[in-house]
Order: sequence, then C-alpha cells, then structure tokens
Amino acid sequence: MNDNGILQGDFFIDGDTACAEAAICAGCRFFGGYPITPATEIAERMARRLPQVGGTYIQMEDEIASIAAVLGASWAGQRAMTATSGPGFSLMMENLGLGIITETPCVLVNVQRAGPSTGMPTLAGQGDMMQARWGSHGPYEIIALAPSSPQELFDLTIRAFNLAERYRTPVLVMTDEAVGHMTERVVIPPSEEIKHYPRRKPQVPPSDGYLPYNPDPDGVPPMACAGEGYRIHVTGLTHNEKGYPATVSVETQRKLVERLIRKIRDNRDDIVELHEDQVQGADVVVVAYGISARTAARPVRVAREMGLKVGLLKLVTVWPFAENRIQELASQVKAFVVPEINMGQIALEVERCAGGKAQTILVPHAGGGLHDPDDVLEAIMRVSRWNREPETQNSKPET
Amino acid sequence: MAEELTNLLISEHHPMDSLLRQDRLPHIWCSGCGLGTVLTCFVSALQKLELDLNKVVIVSGIGCTGRAAGYLNLDGFHTTHGRAIPFATGLKLGNPELKVVVISGDGDLMAIGGNHFIHAARRNMDLTVLCVNNFNYGMTSGQVGPTTPTDARTSTSPYGNAEHPFNVPYLAAATGATYVARWTALHVRRLERSLIEAMNKRGFSLVEVISPCPTYYGRWNKMGDALEQMKQYHDHSIIRHRTDPAEADISLGGEIIVGRFVDEDKPTFCDLQREAVQ
Amino acid sequence: MNRHEIRFSGFGGQGIITSGYILGKAAALYDGRHVTLIKSYGPESRGGASSAQVIISDEEINYPRVTKPELLVAMSQEAYAKYVDELADGGLLLIDKDLVELNHPRDDIRVCAIPATRIAESELGRKIVANIVMLGFLAANSEVVPVEGIREAVLSSIPKGTEELNTRALERGYAYEIQYLQEAANA
Repeated sequence: MNDNGILQGDFFIDGDTACAEAAICAGCRFFGGYPITPATEIAERMARRLPQVGGTYIQMEDEIASIAAVLGASWAGQRAMTATSGPGFSLMMENLGLGIITETPCVLVNVQRAGPSTGMPTLAGQGDMMQARWGSHGPYEIIALAPSSPQELFDLTIRAFNLAERYRTPVLVMTDEAVGHMTERVVIPPSEEIKHYPRRKPQVPPSDGYLPYNPDPDGVPPMACAGEGYRIHVTGLTHNEKGYPATVSVETQRKLVERLIRKIRDNRDDIVELHEDQVQGADVVVVAYGISARTAARPVRVAREMGLKVGLLKLVTVWPFAENRIQELASQVKAFVVPEINMGQIALEVERCAGGKAQTILVPHAGGGLHDPDDVLEAIMRVSRWNREPETQNSKPET
Repeated sequence: MAEELTNLLISEHHPMDSLLRQDRLPHIWCSGCGLGTVLTCFVSALQKLELDLNKVVIVSGIGCTGRAAGYLNLDGFHTTHGRAIPFATGLKLGNPELKVVVISGDGDLMAIGGNHFIHAARRNMDLTVLCVNNFNYGMTSGQVGPTTPTDARTSTSPYGNAEHPFNVPYLAAATGATYVARWTALHVRRLERSLIEAMNKRGFSLVEVISPCPTYYGRWNKMGDALEQMKQYHDHSIIRHRTDPAEADISLGGEIIVGRFVDEDKPTFCDLQREAVQ
Repeated sequence: MNRHEIRFSGFGGQGIITSGYILGKAAALYDGRHVTLIKSYGPESRGGASSAQVIISDEEINYPRVTKPELLVAMSQEAYAKYVDELADGGLLLIDKDLVELNHPRDDIRVCAIPATRIAESELGRKIVANIVMLGFLAANSEVVPVEGIREAVLSSIPKGTEELNTRALERGYAYEIQYLQEAANA
C-alpha cells in the first residue's frame, strides 16, 4: 500500500474487491449502499477502505436511499458510487432517472444474479441488461459497461468514473455474480498511471451569469457544486438552461431530452469499446459480453479448429449499443450467435441492427450458471452448416 | 408632503429580495396557503443566523412544499418524491461544511419518505428538516395522507379517513431527533425562533408547521376561507414546551399542542463515525 | 495441455475456500501463472456444502469452470459423493480418511486417504488447520504449484499470530507423504 492508502501491485482478489479498489484508485470517496448478495463484498471493502483514504461509507436504509445519497454526494463535489444486485437495481431505477435528468456523475455497479425477483442470490445472471437501458421511465440514453474478469472489472470501474465525469451522467457497471465472486490476479497500477477525468467546472465566476445547464459544444454542461457560491437550482423537473422548471414547455422538454441523448449518442466513438477477435472475414460472429464472452471463447476456438470461420465480438461497452459495427458486419457475415444469461435481450438489439441482412441466433440461459460451451458450439455449427448449403438458407432457423 | 413621506416608505427592494429568486416569482402556491408565511419565517431566520449563505443548501422532495427549494436564492435541490432526506444525507457527508436543510411536506416526508425520515433521525444525521403539514396531498389536489386526522374528508377519503395519522413530533422524537418543535403557520415569531434553534442544532432537528390548505383540505372539511382556517389552527393551539410529544396527537377539529418538545444533545453520525475510525 | 483443474470440497467451516484461495494465490502471485478461483457455497455460513474450483494455466483462462478436474480434495462424504465421478481418468483423489468412506470405487484414479483432521486436532492442537495439512500433502503429491509458493501464500493469507501453527500444519502434511508411502508399502 502507498502512503496515501491506495493499493499498488499484483493481488489475488475477487471481482467485487477489485471493483472497490478501483473506485478508490479512481478517487471515489463516497459510497452509500445496502447489503445484497452478490454485491455485498463491494460494500464491505468500501466500509473498511474508505476511512483509510479520508472517504465516507454509509449503509443506507435501502437501495433507494443509497442512490439518492450517492447523487447528493456527487453534488457535494465527490466521486461517488453504489453497488447492488437485481432487487436493489430495481429500487434504484427511480433515482437513476434523477441522476440522468440532473446530469449527476456517479457510478452504479450491478453484480447481476439470476432473477426475476429474489431469484437465485448466489448465482450468476445477465437478466438486467434491458433494465439497465430502459428501467427508469422516460426517454434517455445510458452508458453501461460489462467486464468479464476481475481485472476488467477493475479497469472498467475506473473508466466508469471517468465517463461519468466526461459526460456528466450516471454510468452503470453491469457485471455479474460469476465475475464478482471470481478470484484472479489483478494488477493495480501506480496511482500516477491511472487517468482521472476531472469534473468540468464553470469557467465563469458566480456573479457572471453562470447557466448550470448551458452546455459546452459537446453537449455537456460544466458543473458547479453545492457550496461553491453559484446558488444553483437543480430539479428533476424538465428545466431550462438556468435549471429552472419549465414543465409545460414542450420546446424545453425537446431541447433537454435531445441533448441528454445526443451527448452520449454523438460520442459513441469515444464511449463504445469492443474487443474483436478474428471478426474480419468471419462467416459467423459470436457477439457476447461479460462472463458470457469468456464462456464463448472456448466454443469459438473449437469451431475454428474444425475449420469454421468464426469471430468473437465482445461488447465491453453494452450501452450505447455498437450499432454501427453490427450494421457493418451484418452485410459481411452470415449470422450472429448471441449467448447471454437471460432469455434474449442483447440478441434483440443485435437482430435490430442486423436489419435482416444476417441471421441472429440467441443461445439463451435462464440464469444460475454459465452456458455449457457445447450449446454455443452447437449454435455456431448449426448456422455454419445452413449457411454453407444454399438450399436450406431460406428456411428460417428456430432461434 | 404626505406623498413624499409615502414615497420614502415605498422601497424598490424587499428586504428579503436577496434570498429569493426574483426571476421565479410569482410562485405557484394558492392564495391563503401557509407556505408563503413559512418561507418568510425561514428567510427571516436565515437573515438572523450568522451563516455563510453560500454554504446553506436546501433540499426538497415533491409536492407543494417541495417547490420551496426553487424559490430560495440558495443552492437548492428539488429531488424525487420522498428522497430529499437521503439526498441531503449524501450532500452533508460529501461536504460536511454545508448546512443542509430539508424543506418538504407531510406526504413526502412521512409516507413515501417515511423510512428515510426515521433512519436519518436514528442516525442523528446533521440535518434540519422543516416539515410543512397541511394534512393532505395538495399538489395532486387533496388526497388523504399519513397525517390526515381520522374522520377527515379528502378526495380519496370521501366518507372520512379510516386511518390513524402519524404524530410527526412523536415519530421524530421516538426515532432519535435531538430537536423537535411544532408551530402553526400563524406563530411567525415562534416559528422563526425555532428555525434558528433547529439550524443551530448539531444533529437531526425537526420543525413541523401546521399549515392551511384552503383549496383542498379546508374545503373538504368545511373550514372556511384561508384566513379562517389559519386562525382556527392558531386558536386551537396550546403552547406547551417540553411536553411529551406522545401527547401531541392531532384530531379533526381538536386542539393542537405546539411548542419546543425536544432539545437535547447527543453525538451525530459524523461524530460517532470519526470516533470509530480513530 | 497446460490447463490444470482442481476442486476442493467439503462443508462450510472446514477452510475449503481458503485452501483453494491459497493454492490459487501461490500459482498466480508466486509462480506467475494464470489462475481462476471460483467459490461456491450454500446459503449457510457453517455446515453447508462448500467447494472451490481452481484452474491453473500458462495461457489466459477463458471458460472459468472446472469440468474434468485432475485433482479432487474431498473433506466430507457428501462432497466425495457429489464430485468423485467428475474426476478425470488417472486423476488424484485426496480424502480425509476419517470423514470419507470410499463407497464409489473407481479403478481409474489414484486415491490417497489422509487423516488430516485427526492430525490437525491431535498433533497440532487445532482442528481448524486440517485444510492446511491437506494442502501440504497435496503439495507433496502434485507438481502443479511449487511448495515454496504455497508456503508464501499460506503466510500472506492467514490471520496474524497463526503463522507458526499454519507453517507446522503445512510441513506436517508435506512430510506425511513419506509416512503415507511407508504405510502403503507395509499394507
């Protein structure tokens, strides 16, 4: 440990612990949370570690309060985080929306377990991916990252904090029980090597007509926090550039919502991170994220050994969706195979972007475990086969 | 001569101008609503307190009272329904230099936000909560709420309320608040003094204000016009400092015990957390 | 194939997860290998089924689950019954002699029955280090991770003040290998 209480070096730790350490490296000094399997270890680690670096941990009365406190702490100038799992994620949807409309940078980690409802608390799921996208009411855009190892959970947690500040928005880290509870080597680089995107502060003094929601050219407004003399007004109501409610102005609503969406959509090139493995020239591309991308790597390798041209496209950023890349690939490949630990969520998005130019085959899993690699292999082989035999191409395969 | 004297008395500026967002006035509250008086008392209390106003933050939930944050020329946060207190908790812990005041209504704080209220009190979180109680949900046009007296009529208790109401000071005291007071919107001096005391208090302080809602609650319960309703509350009130808040129940048309019920010292969340870590 | 799959199993409170953690840490931090450890346990804090899956490889590990372990440590009858069939042909099964009855005989595996809990209790005075005794024996019987790394991993993973006890437990398990061979030869 360094003098400043920040870890550095090689560690054999689980994903949840790596996530907490990443938050500390990223400058997070506030955690408000509520115990829930399989995310509890993040709270436990933060409770121990935050006081060592001058931060504050508080266990709130529920997940609604947890995210509300995180938003408050962010407006007090802190980098703030909470971590939960499905049931808590559901409760957080309300204030996730408040974070989005008030443009509050913060990080929300969802260590997904199998649902619906209480489901299987100790076992993995990826069933909250669409909830991450659409779970809070109203139109919005969201950033969600999906790590597939403790090291990646570490790296993406840091990235989440930076994206949150860069785009002034809550950022979701959509991990799962398998990654959260998996122990592997995690390399924590020296603090000076960790990039920090600083909070975008107003360039004008308080007296000089600062407009809290007047954006910079990239659509993101600089942020004055409470106590800095700007006397800001922040509301969850539709508001104008001054931050004042304009609840019957359709024009204000249109401008606000369009900007909230465009500040993310227009910067997709910066936000969307993909890992591609032999995607170029492939007949079949497996599109996967999180733990399922690891599971898929094995059948992809086996299929290649059998002479099939199979690529693996890992969505490191799930939201915003890699629309352009999927559209591009759709006219080059014959089919996409999408294994995910749910009954079809991201597969729908892939199918939408494929636009009928390539087939999309879902390999579902109801939750509570990882895919049997053979199931993914079988799907790859099946689509490879009917793509090779033109006469069967017209028969739409069952998905 | 008389005209000149009159002119001298007319000022371009109201003494409270600097603390109100002029560009947001007029407000949306009904005429006769107690909120105007309450806001005046709050501003007046702020002017007497020697606080750095740049460090005073107002947090509101949703409802008529929830709009208060938007009219004060301070850092203000108008959060979601019921979540003012946990949001305020994050603000306070994120920057302990801030003086954080929650101004919200009875429905927001006691029903949807009830769980947050009791836990903030239990922790003795360093917050001042100003709960404006008008016995119903005014913003949504007068529905029954957690403080509506038994038998009182509202749009969703048209045959009379079949529930027992929360006694706000009792709830606050029982769950750990270190300062608890109640006044009506007509007790302006006493309310102002209580607000000063509450904001000077370290820990969780609660001031409840019984406030008329002539448009809905008053009309449903045939309480006359705004002034009559306000006067009725005032006339029915009995000042009893340090009384046991358990005895401060409010019944329909009954007496309203007001006063400063609790004023004690105990370590706040921040105090105990600091000690524990050291 | 340089992928090694190992499963530790028993019931909660026996230090099953700790064993997997120590072996994994030894390989990951003191031997520079790729390691994935997966813990699984029931909702009970004590007494429920407990298992740790460790994969050690020279290459990046994709699929993180153990499917055909070459080494199985079973410290309870249920664990033995549940996992003995998944052990690879020619695999090594280590059982606690006093806790597991070999009632699913397989002739394609090697079996070592070690009284780890008895040794921990009677010779070392603390039943709690049975897992470390077992780990010592494992280190003597498997070349997956060098014993020096395991020793370092033990010392950096246990509570302060228990270093001596755990070191003795590890050495005792390691040394039991010779005793075991002699006993086996005599039998």
